[in-house]
Amino acid sequence: MTRTRPRPAVPVSAVWRALGTVRDPELDEPITDLGFVADAGVADDGTATADLRLPTYFCAPNFAFLMVADADDALRALPGVSDVRVRLLDHFASEEINGGVAAGRGFGAAFPDLAEGELAELRLAFRRKAHAACQERVATALLASGADHAELLRLRLGDAAGRVDGGELERLRRRRRDLALPAREEAPLLVDDEGAPLTLEELPARLRFARTTRISIEGNAGWCRGLLRTRYGAAEDARETAG
Amino acid sequence: MYEKDGERYFVVDGHIHFWDGTPANQANRYGEGFLNCFYDYHRNLSPDHAVWDLEHFQRQSEEDLLHDLFEVGYVDKAIFQPTYLTDFFINGFNTTEQDGALAEKHPDRFIVNGSFDPRDGEGGLAELERLAERWSLKGVKLYTAEWKGTSKGWKLSDPWSYRYLEKCQELGIRNIHVHKGPTIYPLNRDAFDVADVDDAASAFPELTFIVEHVGLPRLEDFCWIATQEPNVYGGLAVAMPFIHTRPRYFAQIIGELLYWLDENRITFASDYAIWTPKWLVEAFADFQIPEDMQGEYGALTPDIKRKILGLNLARLYDIDVPPGLGLAVPEQRDTSPVVAADRNEAVLG
Repeated sequence: MTRTRPRPAVPVSAVWRALGTVRDPELDEPITDLGFVADAGVADDGTATADLRLPTYFCAPNFAFLMVADADDALRALPGVSDVRVRLLDHFASEEINGGVAAGRGFGAAFPDLAEGELAELRLAFRRKAHAACQERVATALLASGADHAELLRLRLGDAAGRVDGGELERLRRRRRDLALPAREEAPLLVDDEGAPLTLEELPARLRFARTTRISIEGNAGWCRGLLRTRYGAAEDARETAG
Repeated sequence: MYEKDGERYFVVDGHIHFWDGTPANQANRYGEGFLNCFYDYHRNLSPDHAVWDLEHFQRQSEEDLLHDLFEVGYVDKAIFQPTYLTDFFINGFNTTEQDGALAEKHPDRFIVNGSFDPRDGEGGLAELERLAERWSLKGVKLYTAEWKGTSKGWKLSDPWSYRYLEKCQELGIRNIHVHKGPTIYPLNRDAFDVADVDDAASAFPELTFIVEHVGLPRLEDFCWIATQEPNVYGGLAVAMPFIHTRPRYFAQIIGELLYWLDENRITFASDYAIWTPKWLVEAFADFQIPEDMQGEYGALTPDIKRKILGLNLARLYDIDVPPGLGLAVPEQRDTSPVVAADRNEAVLG
Protein backbone atom coordinates (compact mmCIF):
# COMPACT_ATOMS: atom_id res chain seq x y z
CA MET A 1 0.00 0.00 0.00
CA THR A 2 1.38 3.35 -0.92
CA ARG A 3 0.41 6.67 0.44
CA THR A 4 1.04 9.68 -1.66
CA ARG A 5 2.84 12.35 0.20
CA PRO A 6 0.86 15.57 -0.27
CA ARG A 7 2.74 17.77 -2.65
CA PRO A 8 3.45 21.24 -1.28
CA ALA A 9 1.27 23.73 -3.07
CA VAL A 10 4.14 26.23 -3.02
CA PRO A 11 7.53 25.29 -4.46
CA VAL A 12 10.54 26.04 -2.28
CA SER A 13 12.04 28.04 -5.13
CA ALA A 14 9.11 30.44 -4.88
CA VAL A 15 9.86 30.94 -1.19
CA TRP A 16 13.48 31.80 -2.01
CA ARG A 17 12.36 34.14 -4.76
CA ALA A 18 10.03 35.91 -2.36
CA LEU A 19 12.81 36.23 0.20
CA GLY A 20 15.00 37.66 -2.56
CA THR A 21 12.71 40.68 -2.72
CA VAL A 22 13.55 41.53 0.90
CA ARG A 23 16.47 43.90 1.22
CA ASP A 24 18.61 44.80 4.19
CA PRO A 25 17.44 48.42 4.56
CA GLU A 26 20.88 49.56 5.70
CA LEU A 27 22.99 47.72 3.11
CA ASP A 28 20.47 47.98 0.26
CA GLU A 29 21.01 44.41 -0.93
CA PRO A 30 18.72 41.33 -0.94
CA ILE A 31 18.99 39.27 2.24
CA THR A 32 19.44 36.17 0.07
CA ASP A 33 22.56 37.65 -1.58
CA LEU A 34 23.95 38.70 1.78
CA GLY A 35 23.66 35.16 3.15
CA PHE A 36 21.18 36.22 5.83
CA VAL A 37 18.75 33.38 4.98
CA ALA A 38 20.02 30.29 6.78
CA ASP A 39 17.17 28.08 5.66
CA ALA A 40 13.82 28.30 3.89
CA GLY A 41 11.13 25.81 3.04
CA VAL A 42 7.49 24.80 2.88
CA ALA A 43 5.97 22.45 5.46
CA ASP A 44 3.45 19.76 4.47
CA ASP A 45 0.59 21.86 5.73
CA GLY A 46 1.63 24.71 3.42
CA THR A 47 3.39 26.84 6.02
CA ALA A 48 6.24 28.81 4.45
CA THR A 49 9.25 28.98 6.74
CA ALA A 50 12.45 30.99 6.84
CA ASP A 51 15.31 31.18 9.31
CA LEU A 52 17.31 34.39 9.20
CA ARG A 53 20.74 35.02 10.66
CA LEU A 54 22.84 38.17 10.95
CA PRO A 55 26.57 38.98 11.09
CA THR A 56 26.61 39.72 14.83
CA TYR A 57 24.66 39.00 18.00
CA PHE A 58 24.24 42.74 18.51
CA CYS A 59 23.17 43.89 15.04
CA ALA A 60 20.79 46.84 15.41
CA PRO A 61 17.38 45.47 16.48
CA ASN A 62 15.39 47.95 14.41
CA PHE A 63 16.89 46.87 11.08
CA ALA A 64 16.62 43.23 12.16
CA PHE A 65 12.93 43.72 12.90
CA LEU A 66 12.36 45.28 9.47
CA MET A 67 13.96 42.32 7.71
CA VAL A 68 11.97 39.75 9.68
CA ALA A 69 8.74 41.70 9.15
CA ASP A 70 9.46 42.18 5.43
CA ALA A 71 10.23 38.47 5.04
CA ASP A 72 6.98 37.66 6.81
CA ASP A 73 5.06 39.98 4.46
CA ALA A 74 6.77 38.61 1.36
CA LEU A 75 5.91 35.01 2.27
CA ARG A 76 2.31 35.81 3.20
CA ALA A 77 1.84 37.34 -0.24
CA LEU A 78 2.74 34.03 -1.92
CA PRO A 79 -0.31 32.31 -3.40
CA GLY A 80 -1.00 28.93 -1.78
CA VAL A 81 0.76 29.62 1.49
CA SER A 82 -1.39 28.60 4.45
CA ASP A 83 0.74 30.14 7.16
CA VAL A 84 4.14 31.73 7.67
CA ARG A 85 6.87 31.27 10.26
CA VAL A 86 9.95 33.48 10.10
CA ARG A 87 12.57 33.14 12.82
CA LEU A 88 15.61 35.27 13.54
CA LEU A 89 18.38 33.11 15.01
CA ASP A 90 21.22 33.89 17.42
CA HIS A 91 20.36 37.52 18.14
CA PHE A 92 20.13 39.25 21.50
CA ALA A 93 16.56 40.33 20.71
CA SER A 94 15.42 37.23 18.77
CA GLU A 95 12.57 36.57 21.18
CA GLU A 96 11.10 40.08 21.05
CA ILE A 97 11.49 40.35 17.29
CA ASN A 98 10.14 36.90 16.40
CA GLY A 99 7.24 37.24 18.83
CA GLY A 100 6.46 40.76 17.71
CA VAL A 101 6.42 39.95 13.99
CA ALA A 102 4.44 36.72 14.47
CA ALA A 103 1.80 38.61 16.43
CA GLY A 104 1.75 41.39 13.83
CA ARG A 105 1.89 43.97 16.58
CA GLY A 106 4.57 46.26 15.22
CA PHE A 107 7.93 47.39 16.54
CA GLY A 108 6.70 49.63 19.36
CA ALA A 109 4.71 46.79 20.91
CA ALA A 110 7.64 44.38 20.56
CA PHE A 111 9.87 46.76 22.54
CA PRO A 112 7.58 48.42 25.07
CA ASP A 113 9.16 51.42 26.83
CA LEU A 114 12.17 51.31 24.49
CA ALA A 115 10.68 52.73 21.32
CA GLU A 116 8.89 55.95 20.50
CA GLY A 117 6.92 54.66 17.57
CA GLU A 118 7.32 52.57 14.46
CA LEU A 119 10.06 52.24 11.89
CA ALA A 120 8.64 54.21 8.94
CA GLU A 121 10.95 57.16 9.47
CA LEU A 122 14.02 54.95 9.79
CA ARG A 123 13.11 53.12 6.59
CA LEU A 124 12.54 56.38 4.75
CA ALA A 125 15.93 57.75 5.85
CA PHE A 126 17.73 54.68 4.54
CA ARG A 127 15.74 54.51 1.32
CA ARG A 128 16.88 58.07 0.70
CA LYS A 129 20.49 57.12 1.34
CA ALA A 130 20.16 54.14 -1.02
CA HIS A 131 18.60 56.34 -3.69
CA ALA A 132 21.30 58.99 -3.37
CA ALA A 133 24.01 56.33 -3.65
CA CYS A 134 22.39 54.78 -6.77
CA GLN A 135 22.04 58.18 -8.37
CA GLU A 136 25.70 58.96 -7.68
CA ARG A 137 26.82 55.73 -9.36
CA VAL A 138 24.88 56.59 -12.50
CA ALA A 139 26.05 60.23 -12.51
CA THR A 140 29.69 59.24 -12.00
CA ALA A 141 29.51 56.80 -14.91
CA LEU A 142 28.10 59.54 -17.16
CA LEU A 143 30.70 62.08 -16.03
CA ALA A 144 33.45 59.54 -16.74
CA SER A 145 32.11 59.12 -20.27
CA GLY A 146 32.37 62.84 -20.95
CA ALA A 147 29.12 64.42 -19.75
CA ASP A 148 29.29 67.65 -17.76
CA HIS A 149 27.09 68.81 -14.89
CA ALA A 150 24.82 70.90 -17.09
CA GLU A 151 24.15 67.94 -19.34
CA LEU A 152 23.43 65.65 -16.37
CA LEU A 153 20.67 68.02 -15.36
CA ARG A 154 19.09 67.98 -18.82
CA LEU A 155 18.97 64.20 -19.00
CA ARG A 156 15.81 62.16 -18.42
CA LEU A 157 15.86 58.63 -17.02
CA GLY A 158 15.15 57.28 -20.51
CA ASP A 159 18.14 59.15 -22.00
CA ALA A 160 20.58 57.27 -19.80
CA ALA A 161 19.61 53.90 -21.28
CA GLY A 162 22.50 52.63 -23.37
CA ARG A 163 24.88 55.14 -21.81
CA VAL A 164 25.16 53.49 -18.40
CA ASP A 165 24.91 49.92 -17.20
CA GLY A 166 21.32 48.72 -17.59
CA GLY A 167 21.25 46.95 -14.24
CA GLU A 168 22.42 50.11 -12.54
CA LEU A 169 19.65 52.12 -14.17
CA GLU A 170 17.02 49.57 -13.18
CA ARG A 171 18.31 49.73 -9.61
CA LEU A 172 17.86 53.47 -9.65
CA ARG A 173 14.30 53.10 -10.97
CA ARG A 174 13.47 50.63 -8.20
CA ARG A 175 14.82 53.02 -5.55
CA ARG A 176 12.66 55.76 -7.07
CA ARG A 177 9.56 53.57 -6.83
CA ASP A 178 10.44 52.69 -3.19
CA LEU A 179 10.25 56.40 -2.43
CA ALA A 180 7.19 56.97 -4.65
CA LEU A 181 9.28 59.31 -6.82
CA PRO A 182 8.83 59.61 -10.61
CA ALA A 183 10.51 56.61 -12.26
CA ARG A 184 9.25 56.82 -15.82
CA GLU A 185 11.34 57.47 -18.95
CA GLU A 186 10.60 61.19 -18.97
CA ALA A 187 11.43 61.75 -15.27
CA PRO A 188 14.58 63.81 -14.62
CA LEU A 189 17.66 61.65 -14.14
CA LEU A 190 18.79 63.45 -11.00
CA VAL A 191 16.36 64.57 -8.30
CA ASP A 192 16.48 65.44 -4.61
CA ASP A 193 14.91 63.43 -1.78
CA GLU A 194 11.45 64.79 -2.59
CA GLY A 195 11.75 64.32 -6.33
CA ALA A 196 12.48 67.93 -7.32
CA PRO A 197 15.03 68.25 -10.14
CA LEU A 198 18.48 69.26 -8.88
CA THR A 199 19.93 72.64 -9.75
CA LEU A 200 23.39 73.31 -11.15
CA GLU A 201 24.23 75.10 -7.92
CA GLU A 202 23.47 72.23 -5.59
CA LEU A 203 24.62 69.38 -7.83
CA PRO A 204 28.35 69.21 -6.88
CA ALA A 205 27.64 69.11 -3.12
CA ARG A 206 24.87 66.56 -3.58
CA LEU A 207 27.05 64.27 -5.65
CA ARG A 208 30.03 64.63 -3.33
CA PHE A 209 28.05 63.73 -0.25
CA ALA A 210 26.24 60.94 -2.08
CA ARG A 211 29.66 59.56 -2.94
CA THR A 212 30.58 59.36 0.74
CA THR A 213 27.22 57.71 1.43
CA ARG A 214 27.81 55.15 -1.32
CA ILE A 215 31.31 54.34 -0.03
CA SER A 216 29.83 53.92 3.44
CA ILE A 217 27.03 51.57 2.31
CA GLU A 218 29.36 49.47 0.14
CA GLY A 219 31.96 49.32 2.90
CA ASN A 220 29.41 48.22 5.47
CA ALA A 221 28.07 45.52 3.16
CA GLY A 222 31.58 44.12 2.72
CA TRP A 223 32.21 44.18 6.47
CA CYS A 224 28.87 42.46 7.21
CA ARG A 225 29.57 39.74 4.63
CA GLY A 226 32.98 39.15 6.19
CA LEU A 227 31.60 38.96 9.72
CA LEU A 228 28.83 36.58 8.65
CA ARG A 229 31.46 34.30 7.11
CA THR A 230 33.54 34.43 10.28
CA ARG A 231 30.51 33.73 12.45
CA TYR A 232 28.96 30.90 10.45
CA GLY A 233 31.80 29.46 8.42
CA ALA A 234 33.04 30.07 4.92
CA ALA A 235 30.86 30.28 1.86
CA GLU A 236 28.14 27.89 2.85
CA ASP A 237 25.46 28.81 0.37
CA ALA A 238 22.14 28.05 2.01
CA ARG A 239 20.33 28.41 -1.30
CA GLU A 240 22.22 25.46 -2.79
CA THR A 241 22.00 23.26 0.26
CA ALA A 242 18.30 23.95 0.69
CA GLY A 243 17.31 22.03 -2.44
CA MET B 1 58.77 54.78 17.82
CA TYR B 2 58.76 53.18 14.43
CA GLU B 3 61.36 53.77 11.76
CA LYS B 4 60.96 52.79 8.14
CA ASP B 5 62.67 53.98 4.97
CA GLY B 6 64.48 56.72 6.88
CA GLU B 7 61.23 58.15 8.30
CA ARG B 8 60.63 58.09 12.05
CA TYR B 9 57.17 57.97 13.59
CA PHE B 10 56.16 58.78 17.16
CA VAL B 11 53.26 56.44 17.96
CA VAL B 12 50.34 57.19 20.29
CA ASP B 13 47.78 54.41 20.44
CA GLY B 14 44.59 56.30 21.16
CA HIS B 15 42.31 53.46 22.14
CA ILE B 16 43.38 50.44 24.17
CA HIS B 17 41.74 48.16 26.73
CA PHE B 18 42.85 45.93 29.56
CA TRP B 19 39.73 43.80 29.80
CA ASP B 20 38.38 40.74 31.50
CA GLY B 21 36.08 38.93 29.10
CA THR B 22 36.50 35.48 30.65
CA PRO B 23 33.41 33.31 31.20
CA ALA B 24 33.88 33.75 34.97
CA ASN B 25 33.31 37.49 34.56
CA GLN B 26 30.46 37.22 32.01
CA ALA B 27 27.27 38.05 33.89
CA ASN B 28 24.85 36.69 31.30
CA ARG B 29 24.38 35.77 27.63
CA TYR B 30 24.84 39.42 26.67
CA GLY B 31 28.36 39.46 28.08
CA GLU B 32 29.15 36.28 26.22
CA GLY B 33 27.61 37.69 23.03
CA PHE B 34 29.57 40.92 23.40
CA LEU B 35 32.93 39.20 23.82
CA ASN B 36 32.25 36.78 20.98
CA CYS B 37 31.24 39.64 18.70
CA PHE B 38 34.61 41.30 19.43
CA TYR B 39 36.35 37.99 18.78
CA ASP B 40 34.70 37.75 15.36
CA TYR B 41 35.94 41.28 14.59
CA HIS B 42 39.42 40.14 15.61
CA ARG B 43 39.33 36.93 13.56
CA ASN B 44 37.80 38.58 10.53
CA LEU B 45 40.20 41.50 10.10
CA SER B 46 43.53 40.26 11.54
CA PRO B 47 46.23 38.75 9.33
CA ASP B 48 46.63 35.02 10.03
CA HIS B 49 49.82 35.49 12.02
CA ALA B 50 48.06 37.86 14.43
CA VAL B 51 44.98 35.71 15.20
CA TRP B 52 44.70 34.46 18.78
CA ASP B 53 42.66 31.62 20.23
CA LEU B 54 39.49 32.54 22.11
CA GLU B 55 40.98 31.96 25.54
CA HIS B 56 43.86 34.34 24.93
CA PHE B 57 41.43 36.86 23.48
CA GLN B 58 39.21 36.73 26.58
CA ARG B 59 41.94 38.08 28.82
CA GLN B 60 45.53 39.27 28.41
CA SER B 61 48.10 39.38 31.17
CA GLU B 62 50.02 42.50 32.10
CA GLU B 63 53.06 40.98 30.37
CA ASP B 64 51.05 40.33 27.20
CA LEU B 65 49.89 43.91 27.04
CA LEU B 66 53.32 45.41 27.67
CA HIS B 67 54.82 43.08 25.10
CA ASP B 68 52.20 43.66 22.41
CA LEU B 69 52.18 47.44 22.75
CA PHE B 70 55.68 48.49 23.74
CA GLU B 71 58.14 45.66 23.17
CA VAL B 72 57.06 44.77 19.67
CA GLY B 73 54.21 47.20 18.85
CA TYR B 74 56.24 50.47 18.47
CA VAL B 75 53.82 52.33 20.78
CA ASP B 76 55.30 55.26 22.69
CA LYS B 77 52.20 56.17 24.65
CA ALA B 78 48.86 54.38 24.96
CA ILE B 79 45.52 55.76 26.09
CA PHE B 80 43.21 53.54 28.12
CA GLN B 81 39.57 53.90 27.15
CA PRO B 82 37.42 52.22 29.79
CA THR B 83 34.31 50.27 28.85
CA TYR B 84 32.35 49.45 31.98
CA LEU B 85 29.47 47.27 30.72
CA THR B 86 28.55 46.37 34.28
CA ASP B 87 25.21 44.94 33.11
CA PHE B 88 27.15 42.37 31.04
CA PHE B 89 30.29 41.70 33.10
CA ILE B 90 30.32 41.05 36.85
CA ASN B 91 33.31 43.24 37.68
CA GLY B 92 32.92 45.43 34.62
CA PHE B 93 34.65 44.74 31.31
CA ASN B 94 37.42 47.30 31.55
CA THR B 95 37.10 49.98 34.24
CA THR B 96 39.14 53.07 35.03
CA GLU B 97 40.43 51.39 38.22
CA GLN B 98 41.59 48.26 36.39
CA ASP B 99 43.38 50.37 33.79
CA GLY B 100 44.72 52.77 36.39
CA ALA B 101 46.30 50.05 38.50
CA LEU B 102 48.38 49.03 35.52
CA ALA B 103 49.17 52.60 34.52
CA GLU B 104 50.51 53.40 38.00
CA LYS B 105 53.08 50.64 37.64
CA HIS B 106 54.25 52.07 34.31
CA PRO B 107 53.64 55.80 34.64
CA ASP B 108 55.47 56.92 31.51
CA ARG B 109 53.59 54.52 29.24
CA PHE B 110 49.90 55.15 29.74
CA ILE B 111 47.26 57.81 29.89
CA VAL B 112 44.19 56.82 31.91
CA ASN B 113 40.83 58.05 30.71
CA GLY B 114 37.70 57.91 32.81
CA SER B 115 34.05 57.63 31.94
CA PHE B 116 30.64 58.88 33.00
CA ASP B 117 27.04 57.88 32.52
CA PRO B 118 24.54 60.74 32.76
CA ARG B 119 21.90 58.31 34.02
CA ASP B 120 23.83 58.21 37.31
CA GLY B 121 22.54 61.72 38.12
CA GLU B 122 24.02 63.75 41.00
CA GLY B 123 25.89 60.78 42.45
CA GLY B 124 27.67 60.23 39.15
CA LEU B 125 28.84 63.85 39.08
CA ALA B 126 30.54 63.39 42.43
CA GLU B 127 32.05 60.12 41.23
CA LEU B 128 33.41 61.84 38.11
CA GLU B 129 35.01 64.45 40.32
CA ARG B 130 36.62 61.71 42.41
CA LEU B 131 37.85 59.87 39.29
CA ALA B 132 39.28 63.05 37.82
CA GLU B 133 41.23 63.80 40.96
CA ARG B 134 42.40 60.23 41.49
CA TRP B 135 43.61 59.69 37.92
CA SER B 136 44.29 63.28 36.73
CA LEU B 137 41.88 62.74 33.89
CA LYS B 138 42.36 64.60 30.62
CA GLY B 139 39.79 62.55 28.80
CA VAL B 140 36.70 60.38 29.12
CA LYS B 141 35.37 57.57 27.00
CA LEU B 142 31.59 57.46 26.61
CA TYR B 143 29.60 54.52 25.33
CA THR B 144 26.12 55.78 24.59
CA ALA B 145 24.68 52.34 23.88
CA GLU B 146 25.52 51.01 27.33
CA TRP B 147 22.63 49.17 28.98
CA LYS B 148 21.55 50.16 32.45
CA GLY B 149 18.68 48.15 33.83
CA THR B 150 15.70 48.80 31.58
CA SER B 151 17.43 51.68 29.78
CA LYS B 152 19.12 50.91 26.48
CA GLY B 153 21.39 53.88 26.09
CA TRP B 154 21.45 57.66 26.12
CA LYS B 155 22.24 60.68 23.99
CA LEU B 156 25.02 63.20 24.27
CA SER B 157 22.44 65.97 23.93
CA ASP B 158 20.41 64.84 26.98
CA PRO B 159 20.12 67.58 29.64
CA TRP B 160 21.97 65.45 32.20
CA SER B 161 24.70 64.75 29.68
CA TYR B 162 25.25 68.51 29.35
CA ARG B 163 25.65 68.77 33.13
CA TYR B 164 28.38 66.13 32.96
CA LEU B 165 30.09 67.89 30.06
CA GLU B 166 30.01 71.13 32.06
CA LYS B 167 31.62 69.23 34.91
CA CYS B 168 34.30 67.93 32.51
CA GLN B 169 35.08 71.46 31.45
CA GLU B 170 35.32 72.54 35.08
CA LEU B 171 37.66 69.62 35.90
CA GLY B 172 39.96 70.19 32.93
CA ILE B 173 38.80 67.06 31.10
CA ARG B 174 39.05 68.26 27.51
CA ASN B 175 38.91 65.13 25.39
CA ILE B 176 35.54 63.45 25.03
CA HIS B 177 35.78 60.11 23.21
CA VAL B 178 32.38 59.04 21.94
CA HIS B 179 31.49 55.53 20.90
CA LYS B 180 28.11 54.76 19.35
CA GLY B 181 26.57 51.32 19.60
CA PRO B 182 23.56 49.54 18.13
CA THR B 183 21.04 50.08 20.94
CA ILE B 184 20.27 53.64 21.87
CA TYR B 185 16.90 54.78 23.12
CA PRO B 186 14.60 55.12 21.29
CA LEU B 187 15.23 51.87 19.47
CA ASN B 188 13.12 52.87 16.47
CA ARG B 189 15.69 55.51 15.44
CA ASP B 190 19.12 54.99 13.90
CA ALA B 191 21.36 54.26 16.88
CA PHE B 192 24.50 55.22 14.98
CA ASP B 193 23.24 58.71 14.20
CA VAL B 194 25.83 61.24 15.42
CA ALA B 195 23.52 64.27 15.44
CA ASP B 196 23.78 64.43 19.24
CA VAL B 197 27.56 64.77 18.95
CA ASP B 198 26.96 67.70 16.62
CA ASP B 199 24.74 69.41 19.21
CA ALA B 200 27.18 68.79 22.06
CA ALA B 201 30.19 69.92 20.00
CA SER B 202 28.43 73.21 19.18
CA ALA B 203 27.41 73.71 22.81
CA PHE B 204 30.93 72.99 24.16
CA PRO B 205 33.41 74.54 21.71
CA GLU B 206 36.28 74.25 24.22
CA LEU B 207 35.96 70.48 24.43
CA THR B 208 37.27 68.13 21.77
CA PHE B 209 34.98 65.31 20.66
CA ILE B 210 36.81 62.33 19.25
CA VAL B 211 34.25 60.13 17.51
CA GLU B 212 35.56 56.60 17.82
CA HIS B 213 35.53 54.32 14.78
CA VAL B 214 35.17 57.51 12.69
CA GLY B 215 31.43 57.06 13.01
CA LEU B 216 31.38 53.64 11.34
CA PRO B 217 28.97 52.35 10.18
CA ARG B 218 27.84 55.94 9.45
CA LEU B 219 31.02 57.38 7.98
CA GLU B 220 28.90 59.79 5.91
CA ASP B 221 27.02 61.22 8.90
CA PHE B 222 30.26 61.59 10.84
CA CYS B 223 31.96 63.40 7.94
CA TRP B 224 29.00 65.71 7.60
CA ILE B 225 29.19 66.95 11.19
CA ALA B 226 33.00 66.92 11.41
CA THR B 227 33.35 69.13 8.35
CA GLN B 228 31.31 71.79 10.12
CA GLU B 229 32.53 71.45 13.72
CA PRO B 230 36.26 72.17 14.18
CA ASN B 231 36.32 70.43 17.58
CA VAL B 232 35.17 67.06 16.20
CA TYR B 233 37.90 64.49 15.51
CA GLY B 234 37.87 60.99 14.05
CA GLY B 235 39.45 58.05 15.90
CA LEU B 236 40.57 55.22 13.62
CA ALA B 237 39.89 52.28 15.96
CA VAL B 238 38.12 49.52 13.93
CA ALA B 239 38.84 51.40 10.68
CA MET B 240 42.61 50.68 10.87
CA PRO B 241 42.56 46.89 10.33
CA PHE B 242 40.80 47.23 6.95
CA ILE B 243 44.27 48.24 5.78
CA HIS B 244 45.05 44.52 5.59
CA THR B 245 41.84 42.83 4.37
CA ARG B 246 40.45 45.63 2.19
CA PRO B 247 43.14 48.20 1.44
CA ARG B 248 41.09 50.00 -1.20
CA TYR B 249 38.23 50.51 1.22
CA PHE B 250 40.75 51.70 3.82
CA ALA B 251 42.08 54.17 1.25
CA GLN B 252 38.53 55.42 0.67
CA ILE B 253 37.99 55.92 4.41
CA ILE B 254 41.25 57.85 4.80
CA GLY B 255 40.59 59.78 1.58
CA GLU B 256 37.09 60.76 2.68
CA LEU B 257 38.39 61.84 6.11
CA LEU B 258 41.12 63.95 4.52
CA TYR B 259 38.53 65.51 2.25
CA TRP B 260 35.83 66.32 4.81
CA LEU B 261 38.12 66.94 7.80
CA ASP B 262 41.86 67.29 7.37
CA GLU B 263 45.05 65.58 8.47
CA ASN B 264 45.04 67.33 11.85
CA ARG B 265 41.89 65.69 13.15
CA ILE B 266 42.46 61.98 12.44
CA THR B 267 43.97 59.80 15.19
CA PHE B 268 45.50 56.33 15.20
CA ALA B 269 44.27 53.48 17.44
CA SER B 270 44.60 49.72 17.53
CA ASP B 271 41.59 49.08 19.78
CA TYR B 272 43.84 46.62 21.62
CA ALA B 273 43.12 43.77 22.37
CA ILE B 274 40.76 43.48 19.40
CA TRP B 275 43.82 44.11 17.25
CA THR B 276 47.52 44.54 18.00
CA PRO B 277 49.44 47.68 16.99
CA LYS B 278 52.55 46.04 15.49
CA TRP B 279 51.10 45.06 12.14
CA LEU B 280 48.85 48.12 11.98
CA VAL B 281 51.75 50.56 12.43
CA GLU B 282 53.93 48.68 9.94
CA ALA B 283 51.15 48.57 7.37
CA PHE B 284 50.25 52.23 7.81
CA ALA B 285 53.83 53.44 7.42
CA ASP B 286 53.96 51.48 4.14
CA PHE B 287 50.50 52.51 3.02
CA GLN B 288 49.74 54.72 0.07
CA ILE B 289 46.47 55.74 -1.57
CA PRO B 290 46.30 53.61 -4.75
CA GLU B 291 47.40 55.54 -7.81
CA ASP B 292 44.01 55.46 -9.54
CA MET B 293 42.45 57.10 -6.45
CA GLN B 294 45.10 59.77 -5.97
CA GLY B 295 43.44 62.09 -8.49
CA GLU B 296 40.55 62.35 -6.09
CA TYR B 297 42.19 61.93 -2.68
CA GLY B 298 45.81 62.95 -3.16
CA ALA B 299 48.69 61.02 -1.62
CA LEU B 300 49.83 60.49 1.96
CA THR B 301 53.10 62.19 2.88
CA PRO B 302 55.31 61.04 5.80
CA ASP B 303 54.19 64.13 7.72
CA ILE B 304 50.51 63.25 7.28
CA LYS B 305 51.28 59.78 8.58
CA ARG B 306 53.25 61.26 11.51
CA LYS B 307 50.26 63.38 12.49
CA ILE B 308 47.82 60.50 12.30
CA LEU B 309 50.09 57.98 14.07
CA GLY B 310 50.92 60.18 17.01
CA LEU B 311 51.36 63.92 16.72
CA ASN B 312 47.65 64.78 16.68
CA LEU B 313 46.98 62.89 19.91
CA ALA B 314 50.19 64.28 21.42
CA ARG B 315 48.71 67.74 20.86
CA LEU B 316 45.36 66.83 22.45
CA TYR B 317 46.93 65.18 25.50
CA ASP B 318 50.01 67.43 25.98
CA ILE B 319 52.36 64.53 25.38
CA ASP B 320 56.00 65.56 24.95
CA VAL B 321 57.31 64.52 21.57
CA PRO B 322 61.06 63.71 21.73
CA PRO B 323 63.33 65.89 19.60
CA GLY B 324 63.59 64.69 16.04
CA LEU B 325 60.18 62.98 16.01
CA GLY B 326 58.10 66.01 15.08
CA LEU B 327 57.09 67.10 11.61
CA ALA B 328 59.72 67.23 8.88
CA VAL B 329 58.11 70.39 7.57
CA PRO B 330 57.09 72.54 10.55
CA GLU B 331 53.54 73.88 10.59
CA GLN B 332 52.93 77.54 9.65
CA ARG B 333 52.21 79.60 12.73
CA ASP B 334 48.91 81.01 11.54
CA THR B 335 46.66 78.21 12.69
CA SER B 336 43.18 79.59 12.86
CA PRO B 337 40.60 76.88 13.62
CA VAL B 338 40.56 74.43 10.75
CA VAL B 339 37.11 73.94 9.38
CA ALA B 340 37.02 71.95 6.22
CA ALA B 341 33.68 73.56 5.47
CA ASP B 342 35.65 76.69 4.54
CA ARG B 343 38.06 74.75 2.40
CA ASN B 344 35.19 72.90 0.77
CA GLU B 345 33.13 76.01 0.31
CA ALA B 346 32.74 75.48 -3.40
CA VAL B 347 31.29 72.06 -2.79
CA LEU B 348 29.18 72.81 0.23
CA GLY B 349 27.75 76.00 -1.25
